[in-house]
Amino acid sequence: MSNAVTTAPAPTAPPPVEKIRIKVDGRDIDVPKLMPDWQGKLVPTTMLQACQMAAQEVPHYCYHPRLPIAGNCRMCLVEFGTPVMDPATKKPVLNEDGSTKIARSVLPYEPQTPRGAIACATPISPGMELYPSSPATKQMREAVLESLLINHPLDCTICDQAGECKLQEYSVQHGQAQSRFVEPKVHKPKAVDLGPRIVLDDERCILCTRCVRFTRDIAGDDALGIVNRGSYNTIATAPGKQFDNNYSLNTVDICPVGALTSKDFRFKMRVWFLKETKSLCTSCGTGCNITIGSRENVLHRFEPRDNDAVNGSWMCDSGRLNYPWIGRADRLQQVQVRGQASDWGTALGEITTHLRNASDGSVAIIASARQTTEELYLLRQLAVRVGALTDSVEREGEADRLLVHSDRNPNSQGARLTGIAYTEIGISIPSIADGIRSGKIKTLIVFGEDVTKCGIDAGLLGKVGTLIVSDILPNATTAVAHYLLPGCAHAEKRGTFINAKGRVQKFLKAVEPKGDARPEWEFLAELTKSLGAVDGFSTIEGLFNRMASEVPALAGVEWSKLGDHGVNVPV
Amino acid sequence: MLENIFSDPTFQFVLFSAAKIAVVFGVVMTFVAYAVLVERKVSAAIQDRVGPNRTAPPLALKIPVLGRLLQRWGMFQPMADGLKFILKEDFTPAYVRTVYFWLAPAIAVIPAFLTLAVIPFGSTLGSQKMVIADLNVGILYTFGIVSLGVYGIVLAGWSSNSKYPFLGGIRSSAQMISYEIAMGMSVVSLFLIVGDLNLMNLIQWQADHGWLVLYQPVAFVIFLVSAFAETNRLPFDMPESESELIGGYHTEYSSMKFALFFLGEYANMIASSAMMVTLFFGGWSLPWLGKPAETLLGGLVHIGIFIAKMIVLMLVFIWVRWMLPRFRYDQLMDLGWRRFIPAALANIVATALGVALLNR
Amino acid sequence: MTKVVDRSPLNFYERTYLPALMEGFKITARHFARSVQGKNTATDLGDGYYPEVPWRVAEGYRGAPYLVSDQDGATKCVSCQLCEFICPPKAIKITPPGPEGQGADRPNAEKMPREFEINMLRCIFCGLCQEVCPEEAIFLQQHYSLTGLNREEMIYNKEKLLKLGGVHPGIQKWKHKLEEARDQESFPVKVD
Repeated sequence: MSNAVTTAPAPTAPPPVEKIRIKVDGRDIDVPKLMPDWQGKLVPTTMLQACQMAAQEVPHYCYHPRLPIAGNCRMCLVEFGTPVMDPATKKPVLNEDGSTKIARSVLPYEPQTPRGAIACATPISPGMELYPSSPATKQMREAVLESLLINHPLDCTICDQAGECKLQEYSVQHGQAQSRFVEPKVHKPKAVDLGPRIVLDDERCILCTRCVRFTRDIAGDDALGIVNRGSYNTIATAPGKQFDNNYSLNTVDICPVGALTSKDFRFKMRVWFLKETKSLCTSCGTGCNITIGSRENVLHRFEPRDNDAVNGSWMCDSGRLNYPWIGRADRLQQVQVRGQASDWGTALGEITTHLRNASDGSVAIIASARQTTEELYLLRQLAVRVGALTDSVEREGEADRLLVHSDRNPNSQGARLTGIAYTEIGISIPSIADGIRSGKIKTLIVFGEDVTKCGIDAGLLGKVGTLIVSDILPNATTAVAHYLLPGCAHAEKRGTFINAKGRVQKFLKAVEPKGDARPEWEFLAELTKSLGAVDGFSTIEGLFNRMASEVPALAGVEWSKLGDHGVNVPV
Repeated sequence: MLENIFSDPTFQFVLFSAAKIAVVFGVVMTFVAYAVLVERKVSAAIQDRVGPNRTAPPLALKIPVLGRLLQRWGMFQPMADGLKFILKEDFTPAYVRTVYFWLAPAIAVIPAFLTLAVIPFGSTLGSQKMVIADLNVGILYTFGIVSLGVYGIVLAGWSSNSKYPFLGGIRSSAQMISYEIAMGMSVVSLFLIVGDLNLMNLIQWQADHGWLVLYQPVAFVIFLVSAFAETNRLPFDMPESESELIGGYHTEYSSMKFALFFLGEYANMIASSAMMVTLFFGGWSLPWLGKPAETLLGGLVHIGIFIAKMIVLMLVFIWVRWMLPRFRYDQLMDLGWRRFIPAALANIVATALGVALLNR
Repeated sequence: MTKVVDRSPLNFYERTYLPALMEGFKITARHFARSVQGKNTATDLGDGYYPEVPWRVAEGYRGAPYLVSDQDGATKCVSCQLCEFICPPKAIKITPPGPEGQGADRPNAEKMPREFEINMLRCIFCGLCQEVCPEEAIFLQQHYSLTGLNREEMIYNKEKLLKLGGVHPGIQKWKHKLEEARDQESFPVKVD
């Protein structure tokens, strides 16, 4: 069974191809001759990739491993040399000491000047020598940076990119301390409204065309281009058109400078204050990996996090902007028993007594496929203990060809694997409704769903003897709950989701829950323990490992093996 | 019947003793209050400041000229200080050893006052000797009582259950015990010369033969320095040392309990000054005023002389505090054990030899 | 270079503490005598005493940090939050304008803080905010006597800080950029 657990192939895992021996800064290194490009096609390895393998970082702006190569920023210039070949024998010429004779690349018309090559687009050849730390390379970088900064406005103080700006970083690492440029800078349009979510500052743009390539080749919406000539080059949309596709905010991430900025994050918080938490997007079954940026218990932004097995480097705008509800003022913050403010001890105590005395089959549980796998597992154990019917609620939407999945629940597979729901989610809800109508079901437990929208209307809910509801935001179901237990958004707790393809991924806690709210798994653990259903763990790690040992599909999986990118299980 | 009672010597003793105690206590308390003021004013002057010059009750300012003058001199400051001490929150931290914590200030202040019982602050006033208890072992009593003072400080340091008071308490125990030895031995030589332990008789001897400071300058220096150490005054305020131990033994104290330590320190200063006046500077006598007073006026003059001498010595105490930096702890112990105790011993031997040779 | 300080051992006379006592007495007596005559620093300066006559601080004195306006009366701060970041006691709290917030009160700067608070109870007058400010918008000024009746009163908001800070003339960077850009709108580009 454990063979079923597979880890994703590493992003740059070399396919079994022949290797080439080259030298990087005088050190021998064997690099594969071919490597996958942005589409996965095998192409000759570039100098930049070779330097990376030799742990020599080459600064670059326009190069992005998941985009076609443009080679226009010139930042990755590296001095190099190739073995001298004897034209007659086609063999390398040797020095007197027996080593291969290397010809450093020089300008053809002035051989005393070294000539660099753009490392991102130049393939390596056998015996090649790269000099990423040579004085000539450093000088080239300095010169390129100087020219990039000629017309840069240096308005870092008002630029949202400041702090994660490659121009800032490389200027510190490779740039000059002072500008030699005395002429007035070329001024271009500032704060251009490109679309509903993007603002463009043309002065800051270094024309690397990452955004152009992304939206043309990845998003498939050829919306951006470069207009005007020379110093007046600017990024622009076609006249009268907007830059508005569901992946536009990815251009903000890949923009190495502050040219493209997010309207949502505009002037909201300086990035160096943000605490970064590894988490997951909950907007659909894809389960994109994200990084949550929060400060002092306030969420400020979601950003995609690299995961080759799920989302590459991207995420959709709708998922990215789906966070403000977590900070909404009307969040449920108070434990309530029959409309009266109460506390956890009282509420859980009464629920325990009630469930202990409930007869077999008189309880039904409607869980949510937005809950974590652990919570669904605990609810399932609770259901087994009290003999309850369980199901979840389905959410369908339109899929696109990139990331958005038709299943809008982040954890449908979790609901299926833990036994909360059948393959077709929501199939038992009509029978639960019938049970209530016939008076057979006297107790209904609802987690994170508004059941009035899926076949159990308010009138029917009124027939339920005891309605136990846990949710995050108020809705028609929470309004009539007998026991209301405030829960946590995913950013406020830890847990795992299993995405539509069966990848178990964990997410971590970014902010503290509001008011009385507690992670559902915590109070469910107390409840199941006092009912004698599940026991023997006190942490989320322990709960996950216990669940993995009991749920067949998760056999062999451990919390510690999930890593940042998760593991696949058969679904 | 009533006449009988008044003529009863026991009753008279009780009555006059009570009166003397009341007067001495009142005078000493006033002295403490104004010693603090003088200390603040002198320190201000030495440090180019002005000192307290703001406090005044509203009515006092109505007095023309004088009211303003008293305000500028800070004459109402002690009242404000006292009021502040009474009104501040008396705080007992949760982690202290409560009984000892409350006991310590009392133990610190009581010995300071008890010492004053044997000091002759005048010759006679009418038929009364101007001393509360005319003990024939006066000086032994004094040393017995003075050595109790250290308990207050050690208890305070220990019961506060906090590191700074604890260090302060440890320092004070070592310091006070060490300097008591030197102090005690320095006065032995006086009694070798005088041949009496009664302080009244000691003064009378000085009135007849001249001040003992002239006979025993070494003993005086040792006594003076030891008195600084005994009263925890700079340059020997190791137990307190604000700059390193926050406030030493009284760090955790506030309000009236702190005020008692404060009171004790100044009462000790007064007691030490009075003791030095008695032992070395002829008490109430002046070189040309050596006979016990026969009139009431004469008695009052003697008391005045005594107080004047005492004030001069207290000014020395105060001045020295703003003149010298604090000794390092090892220097302090070095000075006590390796300089003063041998010097005091040598002084005793020399005096004894001298007395023996002269009496032969 | 090592400098050897001569620390010759004290001679016997010095070890009696007498010279130190004499010296101490001389110094204290001198000051005492001067003070008794009614002379001190306050009278030297010829003003008076502190509460009535505030102490005159030296140039470069580091008092309370206040926000300053430029010569047009506009807020210089652009809410870059570097001072908030550098502030050792975390006395500064800036609320950025956010996406819907009010723009700067001068053209071209785009941004200014929605709220800027300095907790003067926390501030240690270290001057790092002034040093780090890329816009010359915050300066340690000469106020040293900050009082309030409660803690809230000691948290100075943007309005108060700007009022106390006054005007600080200097290069108007954003205005200059705007003028430069306007010049370029006509062809040929004017080069000065």
